[in-house]
Amino acid sequence: MSRKPYIREVSKTGWYFKQPRYLRYMSREVTCIFIGAFALLLLCALGRLADGPASYDAFLASLQGPWAIFGLLAVLIFAVHNATSWFNVTPKAMPVQIGEEFLPGKFVVVAHYAVWIIVSLTVLFLAGVF
Amino acid sequence: MNARIVELDVLRYDPETDSEPHFQRYTVPCAEEWVVLDALNAVKESIDPTLNYRWSCHMAVCGSCGMMINGEPKLSCHAFLRDYAGVSRVEPLANFPIERDLITVADDFIDKLKRVKPYLIPARNEAVPDGEYKQTPAQLMKYRQFSMCINCMLCYAACPEYALQPMFLGPAAIALAHRYNLDSRDGGRDERQEVIASHAGVWECSFVGACSEVCPKAVDPAAALQQVKVASTIDWFKEHLLPGARK
Repeated sequence: MSRKPYIREVSKTGWYFKQPRYLRYMSREVTCIFIGAFALLLLCALGRLADGPASYDAFLASLQGPWAIFGLLAVLIFAVHNATSWFNVTPKAMPVQIGEEFLPGKFVVVAHYAVWIIVSLTVLFLAGVF
Repeated sequence: MNARIVELDVLRYDPETDSEPHFQRYTVPCAEEWVVLDALNAVKESIDPTLNYRWSCHMAVCGSCGMMINGEPKLSCHAFLRDYAGVSRVEPLANFPIERDLITVADDFIDKLKRVKPYLIPARNEAVPDGEYKQTPAQLMKYRQFSMCINCMLCYAACPEYALQPMFLGPAAIALAHRYNLDSRDGGRDERQEVIASHAGVWECSFVGACSEVCPKAVDPAAALQQVKVASTIDWFKEHLLPGARK
C-alpha cells in the first residue's frame, strides 16, 4: 500500500477571514500602522520644534484641519484598542501565584489600567493641563 | 431511541485512487446524546465501512479523535450533534497532511514533541535509598494546568502561525516544555531553551491566542508561550547586561 499524503494549501493572505478570532487578532495587529504613523508625526514635531517657535506653531496650525483631526481621532481609537487588547491578555504572560492559588486574572488587568491612568494623569499634570 | 436524522459532509481521500479530497454526504439516524464520533461510528458500522478515522477512548482523554467540525478544531467525542444545525462539515485536522479520509499525518508534531524533551530531567540524581523527589502542593500548582495536555493537536489546527510557518514548534510542544521547566524537580531548562527559545520556537508565535480557545482540556498554551517569551527575554538581559552572568 503506497502512501501519498495530501497537503491542503493555506491562503497566505485571506486566512484571517476564516475565523472571527483571527479577525480580532488582525484588528489588534493592524493598530501598529496607526501607532507607527503617529510616532513619525511626533518625530516631525520634534524636528519642527528644533527649527524654532514659528516653525512649530505652523506645524500645530496644520494639524487643526478636519482631516488632521479625523486622522488623530483614528490614531487615538486604534491606540486605545491596542492598549486594551494587550492589557486584557496580560494575566496569561504574568500569572501571580499566591501559595497554592493564582490571583484571578482580572486583578492583573485592573492593575495595568490603574497604572495607565496614573501615568496618563501624571503626563497631563506635567504638561500643565491641570 | 428517540432518533433524529443528521446529515454529515465528510471529507474523503483515498491516496490510491484520489488526486484530491472530496466531500461525501452521509445521512445518519442519531440519538439526542450522540456526539459526532458516534455518528461516524454509525456510518462505519452500517452505511460505509470504508470510512477511516482515529479514535480510542470516547471520553476526551486519549486525544486521538481531533477533527475539523464546521471549520472548528474539536474532539469528535466532545462535540454533541445537538449543538449543530443543518449539515455538519467534518474534515481532518487543519494544517496537517491528510493520510486517508479523516486521518492526518502527525509525524511533524511527534518530532517536535521529542525535540523539547517533554519528560523530567532531574536536577539532582538521587540514589533510590534517599527516597522520592518531593514537591509541595504550591510547586505542583505552578505547572499543573500545562500537564493536562493530551497531545490532541487541536491547537496546531487552530494556529495560523503554524499554518503559514510549518517550521514553528507550535503551541503544545512549547507548553509541555514549559510544564517541565516549571517543575521544581526538573533541571533540564537549558537543554530545552536551545529548542524553544529559537526563531522556530517561541518567537514565531505572535499571540493569536486561538490555541487556548480551542483546547479541550483548558490548558492555555498561549499563556505558556507568553511566559516562555518573558523568561527568555529576562535570560537575554541577564546574559548581556550582567557582568559575569552565565551563558
